Amino acid sequence: MITLGKDEIAKYPFLADAGQYLKDKGFTLQQFGVDPDLKISLEKALNRVQVSADGKIYKSDLIDGEASKDYVLEREVFSFLLAIVLLKLTKMNTLIKRFALAEARRAEKYLEKDLANITDESKKELAVKIIDDLFSIQIKKQDDYFIIPISNYLKYSINFHEREWKLVNRHVGAGYVYLTPHETVRLIRKELSNYISSKIINAKMPSMILGFEEPVQKLILLSKKFATYTITTGEYPPCIKHAIEILEKGENLPHSGRFMLATFLLSRNQSIEQIAPLFKNAPDYNERVTLYQLNHLAGTSGSGTQYSCPSCEKLKTQNLCFAIPECDNIINPLQFGKRRK
Amino acid sequence: MQNKEIKFLEESFKKYYFDHFDLIHVPKRTSEREFGFQKFNSGMIRHISLKDDKELHLLLMQNTPSDVYCSNAYYSFPNQPMNEKDWKEADLIFDIDAKDLHLDCRQHHSVTKCNECNQISNTNNHCSKCNSTKIEIKSLPCKHCIDGSKKEVVKLLNILVDDLDVEKHNIEIYFSGNEGFHVYAYNSQFQELGSRERSELVDYIMFRGTIPETFGMKKLKPNRSLFPEFNEKGWRGRLSKEIFGSKSKRSKIISDLISDGYSNFQKRLENLSTSIGSQIDPNVTMDIHRIFRLPGSLNSKSGLSKVLCTDLQKFDPYSDSSFLNENTIEITANCPIEFKLKNKKFGPYYEEQTTVPTFAAVYMICKNLARIS
Repeated sequence: MITLGKDEIAKYPFLADAGQYLKDKGFTLQQFGVDPDLKISLEKALNRVQVSADGKIYKSDLIDGEASKDYVLEREVFSFLLAIVLLKLTKMNTLIKRFALAEARRAEKYLEKDLANITDESKKELAVKIIDDLFSIQIKKQDDYFIIPISNYLKYSINFHEREWKLVNRHVGAGYVYLTPHETVRLIRKELSNYISSKIINAKMPSMILGFEEPVQKLILLSKKFATYTITTGEYPPCIKHAIEILEKGENLPHSGRFMLATFLLSRNQSIEQIAPLFKNAPDYNERVTLYQLNHLAGTSGSGTQYSCPSCEKLKTQNLCFAIPECDNIINPLQFGKRRK
Repeated sequence: MQNKEIKFLEESFKKYYFDHFDLIHVPKRTSEREFGFQKFNSGMIRHISLKDDKELHLLLMQNTPSDVYCSNAYYSFPNQPMNEKDWKEADLIFDIDAKDLHLDCRQHHSVTKCNECNQISNTNNHCSKCNSTKIEIKSLPCKHCIDGSKKEVVKLLNILVDDLDVEKHNIEIYFSGNEGFHVYAYNSQFQELGSRERSELVDYIMFRGTIPETFGMKKLKPNRSLFPEFNEKGWRGRLSKEIFGSKSKRSKIISDLISDGYSNFQKRLENLSTSIGSQIDPNVTMDIHRIFRLPGSLNSKSGLSKVLCTDLQKFDPYSDSSFLNENTIEITANCPIEFKLKNKKFGPYYEEQTTVPTFAAVYMICKNLARIS
């Protein structure tokens, strides 16, 4: 466990043992619902969740990561803890996700600052330790950069869809990736947010507390706004169209292309009997093998695993992607033609 | 392939395995590997586990396989079905195949065989006799193809050692037994990576998915100082040598690049991928459950062995990997391309009877360009 100073708890409240913190300060949750002085923290908590639902980062009262007065610092931590209680009582996953992401981005700012700190070595060390303890990433300082082993980098970077995060667009040498402090913390944002949301999800479910009803109602109303409906045009994406064309011409579609086509159509609820005839023109067509493989992909034979359609990124690597402008912002062919309403 | 040909190939393969046990060994950490094999004209038998060389030799003698494979992955239970194997890690593997290099020479030593009427033709997308598109392309790779593949291997080795920090003594290069090379990297930091992460390594090695910004070119207000220097590590250094050529030209070329603009630079990068990236088969490297041809075994596409190349530049597959016997046999060959094996020239044959040594007969029969008379 990392030992945190007073300021650090306010900067990285998700690292603290919440219940213990309250106890140490001599408070109970119930007091926050009724005590007028403490109610400010509850209001702050509500605000903290509302701001995150808007996709923004909550502005804390810390100045340069430090609190001017002790009570400011306490309020920072309390409002985080109370926000979690409110989220638990609201029971809306979409709010938890948004809150966790916003809190991760908030912590990211402090981590970045601490990493880049050249005057206070201990601040940098703490940031390095947090990253190592939470995500087992060993980062080292080399000149102006932080370097991390390529294998470590890839584990996190594959979740990014922007091309700048591809290994080929990184400064690489002798088995390491070179990152600025900003990039280092950006790399772990998703994990940080997962860490925070899993802490919230695993926290004990409190029963309703007097004085908390109103903010909880407000949050339930707020979360309704995020319900979405999707409509689908039903059109096939260009990669699938291309694969069908190749087969219709009787040309050879590589194994990976056949895998893509079959898993795509299975996900669109086509039956094996509907899909099998597509492969009839393949130069090496064998009905028995085709049916066996389709059943295997559908999970109706073999291990029972249902295979899913590969991501756009994977298809690019396999030379199966023929993106058109309508493909912008999708990461899997199955999303093609789907629009949120 | 008819029974007569299969019997002949099986006998020749069996004799090779019997005479060359010294060339065929199980890889390290044998009991954690999955083995598999195929017989001529039959499906794949896999999920086999073996203990040692003896068990492998027994398998070869009992089954006379056309091809033998072994996993690059290590499992707790290699003989269980895939989802119960308990995958632990996998060596990095690379396949470089002359057919993926699209070399100009290829059209001079490729023919198509029609799956419907067996006609051999020189056209490359349909049968010249019955117009069917169900055709197989048969290529007899030439020295140029092998040299092309070697160049790709060298590019790959540089990237593995300099950028990915794989130690030289942990890399092995094998001739695949047909048209290219297989490269193994052991004990690297990448052993435990999954398929998606390996796909990123593939793009790195192939120099694909690059953006101009990485090499200093910005959409707005380009800045000369951001362009790469010669002594930089990784792709920036490699690219600067490629596009600037020499230090004296650097400044002028940067001006040209900036005036040509962002999207031209992007196109330039894409085009460079085939010349400076290493042309590996992405699917092989991404696959962490593959069974890959076993070193020392025969390749049924050619009858040549998959052998270790200790000196890549000097390696000549047509003499160094042909181990089948010299006993002669009469065949009817329809092989319109000349080829050389064990320093002897054969062909071209136009549907004619001829007597050739076993190694040459096997080569043509494996390519489906001859049958036993």
